[in-house]
Amino acid sequence: MKRRDFLWLAGGGALALGISPAQAAIVPGPRRDRAAVPDRGATPATADGKRLVVVMLRGAVDGLNVVVPYAEKAYYDARPTIAIARPGTPNGALELDARFGLHPALASLMPLWRRGQLAFVHAAGSPDPTRSHFDAQFYIESGTPGVHMTPDGWMNRLLAALPGPHGPTAAIAVGPILPRILSGRMKAANLPLGPAATHPLPVAMPAVKAAFDRLYSGAGALARAYREGQMAHAELIGALLREEEKADNGAPPPGVFPGQAARLAELLRGDRRIRLAFAALGGWDTHVNQGGHQGQLANHLRPLGEGLAALARGLGAEWKDTAVVVISEFGRTLRENDAHGTDHGHGNVIWVLGGAVRGGRVYGEWPGLAPAQLYQHRDLAVTTDFRQVLAAVLERHLRLPDTALAAVFPSPPAAAPGLAGLLEA
Amino acid sequence: MLPRYAGILAALCLLLLPPAARARAAPPSDRRVLHVLNRLAFGPTLADFRRVKALGIRRWIAQQLDPAVIPEPFDLTLRLDQLGTLQDSAVELRQLYGPLRPVLGIKPTPEEMKAQQQRARIVLEQAQEDRVLRALMSRRQLQEVMVDFWFNHFNVFAGKGLDRIWIGNYVARAIRPFVFGHFRDLLLATAKSPAMLVYLDNTENTAQRQGGPGLNENYAREVMELHTLGVDGGYTQQDVITLARILTGWRINTPDGGRFPNAAAVFVGARHDWGPKVFLGHKMTASGRAEGEEALTMLARSPATARHISYELAQYFVADRPPPALVDRLAQRFLATDGDIRAVLQTLFASPEFWNSAGDKYKTPFEYVISAVRAAGVPVYNVRPLLGAMAALGEPLYGCQTPDGYKNTEMAWLSPDATLRRIDFALALARGALSIGVASAGSPFMLVSQGAPKTPVDAARLEAIFGTTLSSRTRAALAAAPPGLRAALILGSPDFMMR
Repeated sequence: MKRRDFLWLAGGGALALGISPAQAAIVPGPRRDRAAVPDRGATPATADGKRLVVVMLRGAVDGLNVVVPYAEKAYYDARPTIAIARPGTPNGALELDARFGLHPALASLMPLWRRGQLAFVHAAGSPDPTRSHFDAQFYIESGTPGVHMTPDGWMNRLLAALPGPHGPTAAIAVGPILPRILSGRMKAANLPLGPAATHPLPVAMPAVKAAFDRLYSGAGALARAYREGQMAHAELIGALLREEEKADNGAPPPGVFPGQAARLAELLRGDRRIRLAFAALGGWDTHVNQGGHQGQLANHLRPLGEGLAALARGLGAEWKDTAVVVISEFGRTLRENDAHGTDHGHGNVIWVLGGAVRGGRVYGEWPGLAPAQLYQHRDLAVTTDFRQVLAAVLERHLRLPDTALAAVFPSPPAAAPGLAGLLEA
Repeated sequence: MLPRYAGILAALCLLLLPPAARARAAPPSDRRVLHVLNRLAFGPTLADFRRVKALGIRRWIAQQLDPAVIPEPFDLTLRLDQLGTLQDSAVELRQLYGPLRPVLGIKPTPEEMKAQQQRARIVLEQAQEDRVLRALMSRRQLQEVMVDFWFNHFNVFAGKGLDRIWIGNYVARAIRPFVFGHFRDLLLATAKSPAMLVYLDNTENTAQRQGGPGLNENYAREVMELHTLGVDGGYTQQDVITLARILTGWRINTPDGGRFPNAAAVFVGARHDWGPKVFLGHKMTASGRAEGEEALTMLARSPATARHISYELAQYFVADRPPPALVDRLAQRFLATDGDIRAVLQTLFASPEFWNSAGDKYKTPFEYVISAVRAAGVPVYNVRPLLGAMAALGEPLYGCQTPDGYKNTEMAWLSPDATLRRIDFALALARGALSIGVASAGSPFMLVSQGAPKTPVDAARLEAIFGTTLSSRTRAALAAAPPGLRAALILGSPDFMMR
């Protein structure tokens, strides 16, 4: 028990500026104890072992600078200082096709693009007009744009719709709290996945655990959370330690998200019962000094790209069974504001990665950036509902039947024909 | 037989006493005392528990609503006096700890700039220590609870620009003095604070002129959505733009700027949009700074704001889904008193909804950590382990990036992992292993604190506070546990996770 005590001490040091809760939970801890790991969880995958990972960019990432419409003159007219230059010019976008280029800070994703395992759906987003971060994030997580009263998240409903039975680690969130997208009737676990992720907690030690098990033997929400926590903790630590022992992977890449993503890959490999995973990253609300090929946005995109690449790499052969969706609550204004930033907008780009993705393509109907083509004369319009993208992934990848899909997204829009080929059947 | 006789005798004696004496003889029940300390304070200390019992609940609440009458403990005052940067003005903080600027045309070297950044860290550290020490030790507990409530309502983030050195100043100057006052004054204090001007970018917000800088909608949107009307408060995107225009020119000063040398936040007429405007259907008079004050006053007095604030207060003090009838009554009181926060709280604390909700709220990480240390009754000379615990539980102090602030609902905080980590914290605290009793080297309290042994928390002390109100399951688990685990079991119990 003594070893763990240092953790709280060290935690104070981690409380530096600009550290997100997920980061702050990552505190240097003592050497781990590998001896007492039960070899559980290595059971064969359920059903077909297909998985979904959702990464949410909270704060509204500027999709027009992620997948740059470099063929549009209006783009360059509206962004005199923050536009990403055309491909082939110094510090220019990385060419994706004749219309679009990728932000150069995402160079680490180009190998996936070239292998056809990375796709984008441009001008995608929520049909709800809100420009409130909080409402828009709520709608993305509830899966019910415009409906405030939804009590649970769509990933939780999705878990209920997948063939079970599901253990306590069937759905996991990276970070110290359980996000709305995963909350609801089905069990879901969360864990910070920092470098200290495999340190055993004192509360898991037998004598202590016995006393607390008695204390939490009731039926309430807290007792349920406690029991799920104990089970998930044992399984997740077991899975992580088994994978780390295989010693085929070096240290996780530097940076918070790359490290988390590499550990998430280990976890997914070690525990095949995990079907759904979720992670969120903040810092995208670039009202001021957004930067161009370098600067604020670039500094956030770089570790995101490196993390996603690390996830793909770390999953190895299981990458073919994994789909990753990167989504944000809305896009940002076409026009750069006078603080060299962008304000809350509407349409955005959704990223889809995975071994079975038919990538190397930018999907979605491009609405154009001329004044009359913009949403409310200021923002990229939404031509694809985010639920259409998710539904395509759920149907093609997780093989969710239509009836089950209706439970995940009540009153969804019609399927988007253009997305039929987004994933291999 | 004797005890039963004794009971009957005592009851008889009580009946024979005159009514006033009977009231004195019957202190409030433990359950009610704990309820009021769980909601109007960061949980009970043994001393506060006894104080409320002795004073009576009504008198204690009345005192809490008038904090000036409550003397602060000497050791708290002494500790706070050491936190010198809390006494500095925003201008001084910027001069002393802000980025170095060229002097007589000589630019600072990168090494000097880095050293300055290192030096400036003390400002945030002191702001955090100030907040934690007050929450732990202040006898003006309701004031600190309201600081927590209003700070999250008007959240700013220590990671945004100069707010790393202004956040403590913001709490001290724009939040704490106004927590029981009129809502309009609180709103205006935050609107004019350098910390908010930086955090929500209004300092960039400038009248649209050809080739010049332009509007920034960030503050205008959030002040209506989060601070006043609420997201369904009936404003449009056009209102957001208009309010942004109204607030053009409200910005932070440039250092050594000749015209406003004594203020960190200023109104700059040259950046203001003086054109005609219609805001929320109301024709505004082009009066510069006064126009912004007029618009904010309109927002503060709107019935939508009354509802929004009342909902949030009822959610914070009563239930995650607050009873609509209570919200209605609070909103009426808000409107009838021109947003008098003290009056609204009086209505709230007198309501049956408040008294019938004991134990219904799940503690936030901040509440959990602070209440555990208060109940444990251990001296704190080092707040770092507590800040680390809050961060590991998902609520780093002054680390909320988004303007909605930290939530106070069970939905936001209850999770399997958090449950284990709270217990983990309780275990370390109960064992006396957190090192919170040891001041860091160089602290003026080093000598006082050095003798403080790392003693385990006394379970008997906790039982004196909670003994009669713990659930039967918790009592059974305590009875069956080894004595060394009892304090941790109480602090880590489901009972203690709730307030």
